[in-house]
Amino acid sequence: MAALLEVRDLQVEFRTRDGIAKAVNGVTYSVDAGETLAVLGESGSGKSVTAQAVMGILDSPPGFVTGGEIVFQGKDLLKMGAEERRKTRGDKMAMIFQDALSSLNPVLSVGYQLGEMFRVHRGASKKDARAKAVELMERVRIPAAKARVDDYPHQFSGGMRQRIMIAMALALDPDLIIADEPTTALDVTVQAQVMDLLAELQRETNMGLILITHDLGVVADVADKIAVMYAGRIVEAASVHDIYRAPAHPYTRGLLDSIPRLDLKGQELYAIKGLPPNLLAIPPGCAFNPRCPRARSVCRTDRPPVYDVTDDAGRPLEPPRGSACHFWKEQLHDRPV
Amino acid sequence: MRDPHSERPDDVDPLANAGTGGPELPNSTEVGIDVATEEAESLENADYTHPGDPGTATSATEARSLWGHAWRDLRRNPIFLVSALLIVFLVFVSLWPSVVAGGSPYDCDLAHSREGASGSHPFGFDLQGCDVYNRTVYGARASVSVGVFATLGAALLGTVLGGLAGYFGGWWDGVLSRITEIFFGIPILLGGLVFLSVVPSGSIWPVIGFIVLLGWPQIARIARGSVITAKQNDYVQAARSLGASNSRIMLRHVLPNAVAPIIVVATIALGTYIALEATLSYLGVGLKPPTISWGQDISTAAPQYRNAPHMLLWPAAWLSVTVLAFIMLGDAVRDALDPKLR
Repeated sequence: MAALLEVRDLQVEFRTRDGIAKAVNGVTYSVDAGETLAVLGESGSGKSVTAQAVMGILDSPPGFVTGGEIVFQGKDLLKMGAEERRKTRGDKMAMIFQDALSSLNPVLSVGYQLGEMFRVHRGASKKDARAKAVELMERVRIPAAKARVDDYPHQFSGGMRQRIMIAMALALDPDLIIADEPTTALDVTVQAQVMDLLAELQRETNMGLILITHDLGVVADVADKIAVMYAGRIVEAASVHDIYRAPAHPYTRGLLDSIPRLDLKGQELYAIKGLPPNLLAIPPGCAFNPRCPRARSVCRTDRPPVYDVTDDAGRPLEPPRGSACHFWKEQLHDRPV
Repeated sequence: MRDPHSERPDDVDPLANAGTGGPELPNSTEVGIDVATEEAESLENADYTHPGDPGTATSATEARSLWGHAWRDLRRNPIFLVSALLIVFLVFVSLWPSVVAGGSPYDCDLAHSREGASGSHPFGFDLQGCDVYNRTVYGARASVSVGVFATLGAALLGTVLGGLAGYFGGWWDGVLSRITEIFFGIPILLGGLVFLSVVPSGSIWPVIGFIVLLGWPQIARIARGSVITAKQNDYVQAARSLGASNSRIMLRHVLPNAVAPIIVVATIALGTYIALEATLSYLGVGLKPPTISWGQDISTAAPQYRNAPHMLLWPAAWLSVTVLAFIMLGDAVRDALDPKLR
């Protein structure tokens, strides 16, 4: 069966005054219906830009998609006309943003904003749209939905606002939802509730979910597979289980080691040395080499392709797994440097 | 000012229930929330019993956020109340001058030329022996309509052009910005002298047209800037990601959030436009008889100000009060619309 969404070798660049920033350099990933893909990476690794390119909401200029394919339900979105693409947004695919307060229009009531989906895509009347809005608010468990439908975003708490964002994305039962750090602006208990809600709604509707995050704790609970991004490339792609058991890329290893752990309380927390590269001047060879504990001379000259990770007998893994590291084998077995 | 809405018991935290299985809330919690909501509602209703829209619940709720807050601020602001009363009075005088005036402004008697105040002629007489009070009252119509229509025209034109430039950017923005700069370069008085001396003028419309022509670039700049700020908000991208069209994003999401500074600048401009009409009339290129305006009366009175100062004083005083009223209104509206000043 063909995947719901398949991104192939996507290239995005930003033409800035200081030069061309290559934000996405050949990203490939896919999501099936009912599946959750977590895209992981530091700020500026290109994870949000990839999502914006998929949604077609990249600010252009300065952002341009310069290559690759985004195949959604068998059609290449990049070859679609602007109007056809607009109709796909919201209806077939939707996005949840990080900060619900700034993502909701302060001068419109939440009921209006929820109902807008039905008015734009379904031509519903004002009254029907309002009724649908109440229904949606109930669906994401907002208490007293009927009484609160005319309230404004600032009258809701942070968790409730994020629920409203989720309700907006869910309004038309899209096949794919991209959640761009949906829980970053929330405190931990509310985070868990919002993630549970998303997972539950996903089970109900069998939608594909792309979860963009830098929080490894969130990922472990809900994702089926993970793509780790660094400097606009995917450096490791694997199932959640595989990646947590034995990462096959030094960067992933570094990320996992940076999670605070109760059993290591009192010790200094590991941090990956250095800073992410300037996208205007990505280092030659492997982009991670200046920060990599395993870097050797080949890493400074040859850009590693995405190797298929195999088991010890050389057979490909199921589900397939990839790592963009020349020394993935050493990393996989965690041999000392 | 503290916002009573922020004390809404929104945090009777509904979330607490999410963990326990969502919709099947224990009864007591449900009741708690309902009571809280009712309380909040009655609070709101109490706040929004302002005259004008008692029955229309929707318009009251829609006005609640930006305009509702602004309105509540304004009602308590003495500067707003004074200026609003003055403006209401001026509009009334413009519409029905005969109610306030003591007679016709064209009823003149040269025998009374330059005479001072007397019993039934509180402002005295002008050079032609016309009653200054009547002329001042009838002059309000021309002055106020020039101000209001010129402002409406400049605000509409400026908002549309500046808003489009800010929203779409690119070459359209570049072209428009250069055009505004050209208009900024035209000296107002010199431009007025040239423009109005070649356009045949028998009414107030050429003057209004000229003021709009020179006034829109200022509004366009403000509109462009505030649209650029508003369109960078996350909710605009969110609306786009949910499939809203350009026109919907512009009208529903960008414009309401960009309109506050435009309104403020427009109200301030209104006062200056009335003054500009007076200046142009004073120079002899603005409104012409038989239209009566304060500018013309000031212009004819100016050479006589030593022997008959009342001829200059009264129309000039009314003009000053009118301009002041509109500027005060603009100030009050700006303060009320700026959440940071609340």
